[in-house]
Amino acid sequence: MMSLSNHEACGLRASDPRVTPAIRKILPSGPGLAAAPGVAWLAVFMIAPCLLVFAYAFLTRGLYGGVVDELTLDNLLRVLDPLYAGIFLTSTRIAGLATLLAVLVAYPAAYAIVLSPRHWQPLLLFLAVLPFWSNYLIRTYAWIVLLNREGMVNQGLTLLGYEGEPLSLLYSEGAVVVGLVYNYLPFVILAIYATLSRLDPQLKEASRDLGASAVATFVRVTLPLSAPGVAAGAVFVFVLSIGNFITPALLGGGRFQMVGNLIYDQFLTANDWPFGAALGMALILVMMALLFLQARVTDRVSGGRVGAGNA
Amino acid sequence: MREPRAQAFARRGILLLVFAFLYVPVGVLVLLSFNRSGLPTAWGGFSLKWYGELAGNAEILSAAWNTLVVALSATAIATLLGTLLALGIERRARRSRGLEAMVFAPMIIPDIVLAVALLSFFSRLDVTTGLHTIVISHVVFDLAFVCAVVRARLKSFDFTMVEASRDLGASAVTTFRRVTLPLLLPSVVAGALLAFTLSVDEFIIAFFTAGAGRSSMTLPMQIYSMIRFGITPEINALATIVMAVSATALVISQRLNRGRLLGS
Amino acid sequence: MSLRHRTGTAAGAVALAALLAAPALPSSAQAADLIVSNWDGYMAPDIAERFQAETGLELEVVNHATNEEIMGKLMASGGKGLDLVFVSSPFAEVLNHQGLAAGIDHAEVPNLANLYPAATEFAYDPGNAFSVPYTWGTTGLCYRSDLVGQPVESWDILLDPPAELEGKVTMLSTDRWLMAAGLLATGHSVNATDEAAIEEAKQALIEAKKQLLAYDDTTFYSKLVSGEASLVHAWDGWCNYGIAENGDIRFVVPQEGSDLWVDTMVVMEASENKEAAHRFIDFVLDPANHAWAVENILYKVPNRVAMERLPASLVEQYPNLGMSPEELTGYQLMRDLGEAQRAYSRAVSEIKAAN
Repeated sequence: MMSLSNHEACGLRASDPRVTPAIRKILPSGPGLAAAPGVAWLAVFMIAPCLLVFAYAFLTRGLYGGVVDELTLDNLLRVLDPLYAGIFLTSTRIAGLATLLAVLVAYPAAYAIVLSPRHWQPLLLFLAVLPFWSNYLIRTYAWIVLLNREGMVNQGLTLLGYEGEPLSLLYSEGAVVVGLVYNYLPFVILAIYATLSRLDPQLKEASRDLGASAVATFVRVTLPLSAPGVAAGAVFVFVLSIGNFITPALLGGGRFQMVGNLIYDQFLTANDWPFGAALGMALILVMMALLFLQARVTDRVSGGRVGAGNA
Repeated sequence: MREPRAQAFARRGILLLVFAFLYVPVGVLVLLSFNRSGLPTAWGGFSLKWYGELAGNAEILSAAWNTLVVALSATAIATLLGTLLALGIERRARRSRGLEAMVFAPMIIPDIVLAVALLSFFSRLDVTTGLHTIVISHVVFDLAFVCAVVRARLKSFDFTMVEASRDLGASAVTTFRRVTLPLLLPSVVAGALLAFTLSVDEFIIAFFTAGAGRSSMTLPMQIYSMIRFGITPEINALATIVMAVSATALVISQRLNRGRLLGS
Repeated sequence: MSLRHRTGTAAGAVALAALLAAPALPSSAQAADLIVSNWDGYMAPDIAERFQAETGLELEVVNHATNEEIMGKLMASGGKGLDLVFVSSPFAEVLNHQGLAAGIDHAEVPNLANLYPAATEFAYDPGNAFSVPYTWGTTGLCYRSDLVGQPVESWDILLDPPAELEGKVTMLSTDRWLMAAGLLATGHSVNATDEAAIEEAKQALIEAKKQLLAYDDTTFYSKLVSGEASLVHAWDGWCNYGIAENGDIRFVVPQEGSDLWVDTMVVMEASENKEAAHRFIDFVLDPANHAWAVENILYKVPNRVAMERLPASLVEQYPNLGMSPEELTGYQLMRDLGEAQRAYSRAVSEIKAAN
């Protein structure tokens, strides 16, 4: 799966003929070398170690945990249990919802930062990530203090004259989604900002000069140009959410399980490394397929539209 | 060019709302650092005692220092490797699915799988574990995130600028330094911020790849080990100080160089 | 071809450099005579200084968050680096089965004599061959007597709460204790391995989820203090943290019985400092040191001499500290499940996934 494949990657992107020679020129020395250190790092510190673990998927759990050298396909077959597919779907739904909301909030935020005076932009970006240099657990505790039945939101409502039953805001899917959006929002802001900033003003002006309305300019020029940033940010929220277990445990009251949690439990709670490895492999394959699909869609949006706009 | 009034209004409104969302929980977190009771989610009156306890808690302070060392080192390495990787990948005329998969993988491999895998790997090779092995491990996922941000920027990159520079006779190195890098810089800074933020708060991989001694305990490791007998408001006090100091430093540096960080 | 070749060479060079540099970088100078891993706050903060003053040995205490995580780390690394770990008894049992636990040399731990006789004959390790108990206790119901109207005496009130408690109860989420509540309520052993028992407990727990506020094994006592919850499934020691904040909080072991949990000290087979590790165990079992855990973290210790010295006022304030060893050993000792662990894990996944 991980080897560098030779064959043509069936047109994942409509490549712009200018791009290749141009990027070649960017790089001071041979372009292939640029990727080499990163590739090497991943080959040694990701692929090699992970292959060690994935080999366990084909072996047997010992009576008291550990791994026994007996080949079996049992672990892979157990992955097909509908229970696990159900957990995958639930966590996909929760992560998907968190992703959608995070992008909807982050896009205007990133756009507002880009439109701010240039010397304010770094400060605004830093301030957006600063809360996340604290600790995940105590941030989550802060949300519990805000949302619980005896919490600040309910107390505030009472002060405002609300007299009904206190609202149950915690331990629900909604609370989990809010927690995920909160913790991963800055990552989406960063990713979108990275593509929106320096969005060539001339392009926008040209579009306006040609008589396009502000909305049309946004839809035909800005949005396609920022699509890769939106896509990258969306991937961040989605993958981080699906692997999260603190928020479902604390804000969801443990009523929801994300796939990351399921795999963690196999390795550590059940001490069942072979099955954990099998589930991990299945998750990686499914997510990889989703990511390739997503990359293809993004390339259509950005590549196609921008190409048309330029013509 | 002056900003139209309606746009300025909308811009400020959006910023206000988003930053309120980001900072309301921070306000609660800071408030809890003054909580006399040690309970994580119940208020017991105002007190400064946790700041005093923190000042005398050498374990938490040394863990905080280790965290800073790990996060800064991992961010530096990952930013360099991730940016180069992004350039290398986007350079290719033909997509390599293998390469794509390889740079997606660190983001989707479950933390626990990577943690167990890396420790088994280091242990098999008899590599002594310590802060350096945490750095090595954090670079694995950090560089994937940096690479993703920089690649997103490269997709909407205006390559005519680069060509123009070359056509005007600038050398490849000069072009890279004077044209490409400034254009890429916002994404490199964004990627570095992302990597640092992920690394500062990462627990499970750090726990597995840390050495046996106290000298490689990071702050998240320290905090998670407090869950059983209660995370005290000392941690809130520390977070409050970290945020206050960082914010002050940022404002001062912003005053000093008027935001030249992202180029102007 | 040449490009691929160059890329490959560069890749190899970087990887080699990183690997070579890794061990050469300054790592944790293994200066300490003894490295012990424990939960943060489970021992006196000055234990290292006092241990060194008494024995001249330098002690370094590191922390882990959960049994599961330290076990995973020990299994993946073969137990290198750490000399002694604190883990709960089923995990000590696994360490022994995996060949990771060293034997305890009783001649080097004279203070073992301070333990209650019952605490030297646990079924998982009769005669303390590879583990020494540090604390012990049970699991039950912790509740606000001012908010709960009816008598609290059966697990049923947790699984099938009366109307006034609906949405006001929490259950432990760690697999063994969650299952234990279901198993005990349906009349089974906490170590039951037959499918029918597991199935029955699972159904009862899925049913119970409807009236549950949350699964919680970290902040439940805080929820009780704030009034967010009225009755929680709790370990005895943790209930005491609630009692410390609110005098209306009570702890009860339901009439169907409960589990006996034991946290233990295990010397690692890979340790090169086994002698120092034994000295440390002996130091901990010194009544004055062992009593620290009772007085400060409000857990019971299986140390007869330490318990006899307890001030009566402490037991008055935290009645569950007064449980006798006979009462505790009358509960069901939690054991490693072997093959049945898979069935438990699957059942817990199903409960957590149920709506």
